Amino acid sequence: MSTLRIDHVSRWFGNVVAVNDITMTVGPGVTGLLGPNGAGKSTLINMMGGFLSPSTGSVTLDGQPVWRNEKIYRHIGIVPEREAMYDVLTGREFVLANAELHGLGAKAADRALATVEMQYAQDRRISTYSKGMRQRVKMASALVHDPSLLLLDEPFNGMDPRQRMQLMDLLRRMGGEGRTVLFSSHILEEVEQLAAHIEVIVAGRHAAGGDFRRIRRLMTDRPHRYLVRSSDDRTLAAALIADPSTSGIEVDPKEDALLVQAVDFGRFTTLLPRVAREHGIRLLTVSPSDESLESVFSYLVAA
Amino acid sequence: MYDPTVARLTYRGLLGRRRALILGALPVLLIVISVAVRFFAGTDDQVAADVLGGFALATMVPIIGVIAGTGAIGPEIDDGSVVYLLSKPVKRPTIIFTKLIVAIAVTMVFSAVPTMVAGLILNGNGQQVAVAYTVAALVASIAYAAIFLLLGTVTRHAVVFGLVYALVWEALFGSLVSGARTLSVQQWALSVAHEVTGGDLVTSDVSLPVAAVLLVVVTAAATWYAGQRLRSLTLAGEE
Repeated sequence: MSTLRIDHVSRWFGNVVAVNDITMTVGPGVTGLLGPNGAGKSTLINMMGGFLSPSTGSVTLDGQPVWRNEKIYRHIGIVPEREAMYDVLTGREFVLANAELHGLGAKAADRALATVEMQYAQDRRISTYSKGMRQRVKMASALVHDPSLLLLDEPFNGMDPRQRMQLMDLLRRMGGEGRTVLFSSHILEEVEQLAAHIEVIVAGRHAAGGDFRRIRRLMTDRPHRYLVRSSDDRTLAAALIADPSTSGIEVDPKEDALLVQAVDFGRFTTLLPRVAREHGIRLLTVSPSDESLESVFSYLVAA
Repeated sequence: MYDPTVARLTYRGLLGRRRALILGALPVLLIVISVAVRFFAGTDDQVAADVLGGFALATMVPIIGVIAGTGAIGPEIDDGSVVYLLSKPVKRPTIIFTKLIVAIAVTMVFSAVPTMVAGLILNGNGQQVAVAYTVAALVASIAYAAIFLLLGTVTRHAVVFGLVYALVWEALFGSLVSGARTLSVQQWALSVAHEVTGGDLVTSDVSLPVAAVLLVVVTAAATWYAGQRLRSLTLAGEE
């Protein structure tokens, strides 16, 4: 059982602050590190993995510093985001090399390859692997020494749904065994399926952290804004405002559209098509006007 | 200090298809030149010394050194795969020392061996010319590998800087400014070669004690500093 402690960590590159005074504790089980692209997730993971020194603050694993302490890697397994991984080797040669660097042998390598179900392709060169196969071999290389902390940077990027499910099962199993598993993602649904505990990073700051359901509620309960065009905007507006799920409507003559603000997201999504059908109105455009991740996250920061 | 796994990964990378072709091209060129010279000019000790000194030692050895020295670590840092070495409980100086050994071995094989062969073709080792330049190539291989390995850990443009040093500093400045010759791996290596063979065809501007001390100090300092650099190597994210 390992606990990773991030204590008032900041990191800047020149004038740019990538990570701004983050404090968090990551314990056993699966934790999702969620945030839009460019939020500082990779910078934070690099500091957690000892590949970047914090400008201020400290990162420790069970009290031991991570930076400039190569012994700590007996306990840490790392799955980097970057693709490069000694492509001239076969999968097995690569995993075996990783095992040997930990002072282990063929047995550990074979066990790790079996865990990720890559034995069938272990004698092919890595350069011939698909994205998902590479990801699994990377996983195997991180698991050879049975680490108590597993750090994964955007592990699901570019994977197809089946590969994604396999990896999720594996990570869930790792978390269930009492390992501390932390993975980063910019996709809410990924994190939702896998992690009970999430930490949200926005613009280098720690925006929220804790139980997933609480944060999900914060995200879905916020007012949603839609841009709607229809065959009869004013009739539609009158019908929508009659329902409590709609908190405001603006007629925008320039855009020739309605700007609708909904407070109850679930109810509004069923209300809109029903009301339109009842009044014989044709919906021409329904588009969320602030559905980008950044706006979801910035709402969280404000909350 | 030496890790066989690091060594295996390093030479597998170094002798990957493309780099092995470049490493092999210059020695082949040297042999071709030697055969041509022998065929057209016959056996001449001075000509043999000119070819080995002017092309083998002054051009081929440093270029092979740049390719092997920077190639032993630069590409891994560049593409990020070095993370698989760094995320292990292996001492950073051990990684550097191992890579140095591999870089030295590769440089020696691709520079000293062809130098010896070329020398034998040119004048059958008359006046010990072939042996002298082979010794010089062996000695230079060590220092070049250490210097360019350090360069590979310090900058992403290690190959460019390495070639500038090898060709501009050693070849151009060395021939124009005599002071530059004191700080030239090539001259140090020649000094050792002169001592070993005692012939007059192989001479150096640097005395043996100075050359020996500089060789040891530069090689040791470069290796030590590369280890320190690797300890605090930073892998910035792609964002």
